[in-house]
Amino acid sequence: MINTNYPAILVLSPLLAALMCSIFSWCAKKLCYPTAIISLGISLYASIEVLMQVMDTGTIQYRMAGWAPPMGIEYRIDLLNAIVLLLVISIALINLVASYQSVNQEIGKKSNTFYAIYLLFVTGLVGITATGDLFNLYVLLEITSLTSYAQIAMGDKDRGPLASLNYVFIGVIGASFYLLGVGYIYIMTGSLNMVDVASLLPSLHGSSAVLVAFIFCMLGIWIKMALFPLHVWLPNAYTYAPTVVSRILAPLMTKVMVYVMIRLMITVFGFEYLFEKLNLAEAVVWLATIAILAGAIMAMAQKDLKKMLTYIIVCEIGYMVGGAWLGNELGMTGAILHIVNDALMTFALFLALGNIVYKLKSVHFDNLKGLFGKMPWTMAGFVLGAFSIIGIPPTCGFFSKWYLILGAFEKGAYHFAGALIISSLLCAVLFFRIFEIGFFNNEHDEHNTITMSEAPVSMLIPLGLVSLSLIITGLYSSSIVNKIILPFLQ
Amino acid sequence: MSEILPIIVAKYNYWLYIILMMIGLYAMISKNNLIKKLVGMNIFQTSIILFYVSIGYKTNATIPIIENAHGDSHSPHELIIHAADYINPLPHVLMLTAIVVSVATFGVALALAVKIYQRYQTLEEDEIRMRLTEE
Amino acid sequence: MLQQYSEQAGGQKIEIHSSNHSFALWRLLLYATADFPAWGDPNSPANSYLSPHYIQKSIEETGVPNLVTSVLADYRGFDTMFETAVVFCAGLACFLLLRNFKQKEENFYRHIPTGVIIQFKKGDKTLPVGKEFEHIDTEWIPYDLIIKTVCRILIPFIQLYALYVVAHGDFSPGGGFQGGVIFGSSLMLYAIAYNLRTLVQRVKEKLLGLFCAIGVLIYAGIGVVCMALGGNFLDYGKLSQILPVDPGHIRAYGMLGVEIGVGITVMAAMVIIYVNIVSIGRHDEGL
Repeated sequence: MINTNYPAILVLSPLLAALMCSIFSWCAKKLCYPTAIISLGISLYASIEVLMQVMDTGTIQYRMAGWAPPMGIEYRIDLLNAIVLLLVISIALINLVASYQSVNQEIGKKSNTFYAIYLLFVTGLVGITATGDLFNLYVLLEITSLTSYAQIAMGDKDRGPLASLNYVFIGVIGASFYLLGVGYIYIMTGSLNMVDVASLLPSLHGSSAVLVAFIFCMLGIWIKMALFPLHVWLPNAYTYAPTVVSRILAPLMTKVMVYVMIRLMITVFGFEYLFEKLNLAEAVVWLATIAILAGAIMAMAQKDLKKMLTYIIVCEIGYMVGGAWLGNELGMTGAILHIVNDALMTFALFLALGNIVYKLKSVHFDNLKGLFGKMPWTMAGFVLGAFSIIGIPPTCGFFSKWYLILGAFEKGAYHFAGALIISSLLCAVLFFRIFEIGFFNNEHDEHNTITMSEAPVSMLIPLGLVSLSLIITGLYSSSIVNKIILPFLQ
Repeated sequence: MSEILPIIVAKYNYWLYIILMMIGLYAMISKNNLIKKLVGMNIFQTSIILFYVSIGYKTNATIPIIENAHGDSHSPHELIIHAADYINPLPHVLMLTAIVVSVATFGVALALAVKIYQRYQTLEEDEIRMRLTEE
Repeated sequence: MLQQYSEQAGGQKIEIHSSNHSFALWRLLLYATADFPAWGDPNSPANSYLSPHYIQKSIEETGVPNLVTSVLADYRGFDTMFETAVVFCAGLACFLLLRNFKQKEENFYRHIPTGVIIQFKKGDKTLPVGKEFEHIDTEWIPYDLIIKTVCRILIPFIQLYALYVVAHGDFSPGGGFQGGVIFGSSLMLYAIAYNLRTLVQRVKEKLLGLFCAIGVLIYAGIGVVCMALGGNFLDYGKLSQILPVDPGHIRAYGMLGVEIGVGITVMAAMVIIYVNIVSIGRHDEGL
């Protein structure tokens, strides 16, 4: 019985735990944190089981409330979902372990209730990834958005609420556009199930309403994932959020949105429609090229480490969108591999950043002097993450960029390949500047010898694990591609 | 003109929803006061609700509650139900969800506005920006 | 598209005004509308693909004549659970953002027989509230006897009506969301007619917080029970193993159960949002 219900357990376990946390925060405060950890542990176990099942037997379909798909809601888990699910839940769990002290420091009294909203956020992300229904995706998108508004506003006292309210305005427009797109699909096909819609759409390929539906879905998702001209909400929102929140938002929120885009492209609209009927692909690849360059250049202008990293996220979004829209297998492989890799390396960087914030409070470049002496372990993790973003082998960032560049050459999109290489160089400049500040730019005052003040072990071990996983994922990336991504694309 | 007019009349509620949507978007773009922007956001969301509910409409049909089906006095199998007699329930269900979502978003956004007011003592966006540059 | 701005390193701002986007959007929407099926056409894809099944089979499959309820709580019950979670999340977010546990510095008491108002500068001094003294707001307005009395008479009826709307949602327009909102608004009416302090004393914050979570828990719990009985999540049909009712109506009972959960959460969340916003999280006075 349990075997068949794993897809439901995946999303239920954090939801129920969020409710229990909320109840415990009134009567048994000590139980909140353990509940959160245990629920994510159960969810992680379920996601591993689901991945195994999918690899053995193929796509899992789970009927919610027992109704057959076009009537009811269906969870449909194939190789792509399964790997993203594993990624989402493991990052959420590791972050919760790593951020225990940081939550106490930054949120304090309300931290028990905070865990409830954190778990709801994870529930939303897991649900978005697992669902096979277009409207269910919207509801879950709103859960993630609402929880992230609240979480962001709990950060910086001056700027947090303002950044969050701006995010509300833009986020609502994004979600509403997606909803409108789904409405257009519904009015033309009468269905909301992704696979069902995909079977009904081919006869409507010439329809202008389907085209507009597609454009609105994409616009909505792009706003939510912060593709370049629509990115303005992201840097402030992520910078002024509490550490624990930016640690999960940065690696997961945008990546899950990229997943949604790829899901809509492959499962709902289909390659034939996108690349043969529409002439949008080239324009989108150009947009992605501009996004990559703009993200990297704007990152150069920053004097605050956290803000700089947020602009690098904008740059990385360009990689994935561009790769997905190249329209060949190599590009798509690169984009999907980069979802996994980018989530891991952004997570590593933000974990290191969180440790620095925990000790130094401010991560303005002036404060980073002599950081390698103060926090050697944290900085070791940071360096690995940085190498991965730059794309130095054998870290994982190199391999996905390799696939993306190969894809770009196959398509003849040399501008995209050029942007990838230039942005890697720019990232190298960015990070080596920080290494210089942290390593060489010691304070010349001889009386003031640098003493080591490293972050607590509970924050260092997760960082170490994640940084090592960057190398491991890099070394095993060929097996990820051969066992998961290529079978999915076929 | 004589060809276009019937098209406009036949789909007038779709045009209405677009107009409403543009009003909402206009308020979100051009208003300076955060609360007015929030009201614009609500109008924007409401327009989409109007659009969905329009999808479900059928001419000469009634609300989607089956008549003569109360109680156990007769077996429901004897009832003959024509789909054309009742409007499509699905868009209504979807919009119930969307309404709840928009109410929840509005609540959270108001809470944020209250927090901003506490900090800056104003809800005018240009004044807030001025304060930010002063600091 | 929006008046968007981002602060750059030096504090200068880049503004992107783009009313052109708005115009493009308008054109795009008009362009698509021409392709829509005629309004009210019973044979349009939306009205002829899934909805006939819902309309014709709902009574047979679920035993509920209100199709909106049967689609909401059964066919798409999973959506509705998350919808309830959205409400729960809004209540939680308002609590997290605004709740301020610090006591107010100043307290005002009014001596009822004489009308003398006593002010305490420090929050630690209190007076026994009863026949002689009452705790009042900073800006005190004498209560209107008529409003108070009318509300006292009306509120029980409003609440009864809310319960009716929840319970009768299977057969007539209504359901958990509507009933919950009506119940919540009756409590808000109480706060407006008397004052916020009276409401907070009558309905404790802890109670509301618990209710808000318990409602969703009832919903998800029913789903988990179905799962434990061997069905899929929220498959109410499996409940007939433990409930001694007519198997033809078991799904209707399942729906009633989840609607009650929805009603509880919505009621509590509405009051939490109201109380926190009007009193800026202090729960003492406001509006």
